[in-house]
Amino acid sequence: MDYIPTQSKGDMMQIYVCIKQVPDTETKIRTTATGIDSAGVKWVMNPYDEFAVEEALKLKAAHAGSIVTAISLGPKARVVESLRTALAMGADEAVVIDAPEHTDNYATAKALAAYLKSQTCDIAFSGKTAIDDNSMAVTQMVAEFMGIPHATVVTKFELKDKTATVEREVEGGASEIVEVKLPAIFGANKGLNTPRYASLPGIMKAKKKEIKEVALASLGVSDADFKVKLSDFELPKERPQVKMLTGDVAAQASQLARLLREEAKVI
Amino acid sequence: MARILVYVESAEGKIKKGSLELLSASKAAGAETHALIVGPGTKGLAAEIGRYGAKKVYVCDEAQLGAYNPEIYGDVIANAIDSDKPDVVLATGTSSARDVFPRVAARMGAGIATDGTELQISGLDVRVRKPLYSGKCTAIATVQNSKVRFVVMRPNQLPISEPAASASPEVVAVAAPARDLKTVIKNVVKSTSQKLDLGEANIIVSGGRGMKGPEHFKLLNDLADVLGATVGASRAVVDAGWVPHSMQVGQTGKTVAPTLYIACGISGAIQHLAGMSSSKVIVAINKDPEAPIFKRATYGIVGDVFEVVPKLTEEFKKLLQ
Repeated sequence: MDYIPTQSKGDMMQIYVCIKQVPDTETKIRTTATGIDSAGVKWVMNPYDEFAVEEALKLKAAHAGSIVTAISLGPKARVVESLRTALAMGADEAVVIDAPEHTDNYATAKALAAYLKSQTCDIAFSGKTAIDDNSMAVTQMVAEFMGIPHATVVTKFELKDKTATVEREVEGGASEIVEVKLPAIFGANKGLNTPRYASLPGIMKAKKKEIKEVALASLGVSDADFKVKLSDFELPKERPQVKMLTGDVAAQASQLARLLREEAKVI
Repeated sequence: MARILVYVESAEGKIKKGSLELLSASKAAGAETHALIVGPGTKGLAAEIGRYGAKKVYVCDEAQLGAYNPEIYGDVIANAIDSDKPDVVLATGTSSARDVFPRVAARMGAGIATDGTELQISGLDVRVRKPLYSGKCTAIATVQNSKVRFVVMRPNQLPISEPAASASPEVVAVAAPARDLKTVIKNVVKSTSQKLDLGEANIIVSGGRGMKGPEHFKLLNDLADVLGATVGASRAVVDAGWVPHSMQVGQTGKTVAPTLYIACGISGAIQHLAGMSSSKVIVAINKDPEAPIFKRATYGIVGDVFEVVPKLTEEFKKLLQ
C-alpha cells in the first residue's frame, strides 16, 4: 500500500532532523582487519548535519508550536552524544535507532524512513553528506522509501504554503532554484545558515532529556538490507618525500615547469 | 560476463571525461557494455559513445530533460534499467548523478557504492575502492544482496582508452513517463566562470590566506588561464568572504583529485588536506617552510606567492606556447 503522509494541521509542524555521528576530522584513524580502531576516536555530529539542525530550529521559530525531533542511527552507546548536542542546540526530542558500525546507506535509509512513516512528519532535514564515507545517499534514499520528494546540496531555504523554494549548488558554481512540495526531505549544504552554539542552560537541559530508543529489527530492516560491504581497510600510500626547489624565483619557476613536464608529465 | 550500463553525461555537446573513463573501464574488463544518455540533443552522441565500446545506447532526448529534475531523471533511468537488466550500473560523480542514483537504487531495492576511486571488474565481480574519513584510510566496497549493483565513481580516476575509428551501436529510445511532479525546477543560474567544475578539473590552482585579499586572486586566475585550470580556495578565505563557497576545497567544500594541484599561500590545515591529498601531483608555494602542506607536496617552493606565481605564469606560458 502506498504511504499516505499524515500532515499536521494549521501552522505547526513536526520537523525531523536526521543526524550521523562521525569521527572528528582531527582524529587519527587506525585501521584493523575489519574496519577502524575506535579506541581514542573523538566523535562529533557530522558538520553538514549542524546546518540541518539549525534550519529545523529556524523553521520551528517561524511556526509556533512546531516540534523538532533529532533522529540518529548507529551504535547507541556513542550516537546518543550527538543527539544530546542537537537537544542542547534546541531540538525538542530525540530518537536513537541502535545499529552496528558501518550500517550501510540502504539499511540506514530504510530504517529512518520506516520510523518517519510511523510518525507525523511534515518535513525532514539532513546533511547533504556525511564526512566519514561521503556516500551522499541517505537523504535521497529516505525520500524514495517514503515516496516523498527531496532536494540536496541546499544553500537557501524558504517555505510558503507547504511548498519550499530552495537553492541548490551544482557544478562549477552554478545553482538551481527548485520548488518542492511538502512533505519532503532536504540535504543541507554549507552556506545554508550559521549553526548556533549550544547554550549552557541548553546543555544542562539536554542532559536530563529522555532519548527514545528504537530497535533496527522493529523497523523491518533485516540482513538482506545491508547492501554495501566494506572490507580490505588500508591506510593511504605514503607520499614520497617532497622535492624542494631552490635558487632565486626565476630558477625555481623554470625548474618547476621542467619537472612538471619531464618528471611528473602532468603538463 | 557482466552486462554493464554506463550512464553517460555530456555538457555543451561533449561527453564528460568521467563518462569516457567508465566506458573504457567496462570495455577493458570485457563486459557487455551498454550506455544511457539523457537530455535534448544528446542522440547525436550515440555513435561516439559506441566508439568507446557501447554496443547499445539508450537515449531519452525529450525536452523535459533539459534541466535536471530528480523525479523525471529517476523515472527515465529506472525505465532504461528495467529494459536493459544490467548487472551493474556505472555513473560518474556529477552533482546530478550523485543526487539521483541513490534514489534509483532504493527504488530498485539495490545497493549503491559511491565516491569510488578505483574500480576492479572481473567477470560478475565488481569491487570499488573508496576513501573513508576524508582520505585517512580506504576500503573496498562491494555491493551485495542486489539484482543490479550501482557504482558512482569520482571523475579523473581511470584511464580513457583510444576510441574505435567508427561504430554504429544500436540506439534505443527511452520514454519519460508522465507523472504528477512534486519537484519543479524554476531556474538554473549559470556561473559566469567558463572554467570546468573543481570536481572535474584536471588541474587546480588554489589560494589560501597567503593571498592576502580577494583582489589578488587575479594572479591565480592568470596562472589558471595559462594551464587551462580551475581556481579553488581554502576554507579560511571562503569564510572570510573573499570567494564563494563553490570554490572551497576541503572538508566542508569539494573533494578533488586532479592530476596537478597547485596550492598557493595555503598552510595545509587538515580540513584542506582532506579534500585534495589524493591529487596526483601537488605543488606547494608558501613562505613558511614549516607549513604542513609541504609534507603532502610533490614539489615545494618556499617563497612569496606574489613573486612566485607571476613568474610561474610566465614560465608556463613560454612552455605551453
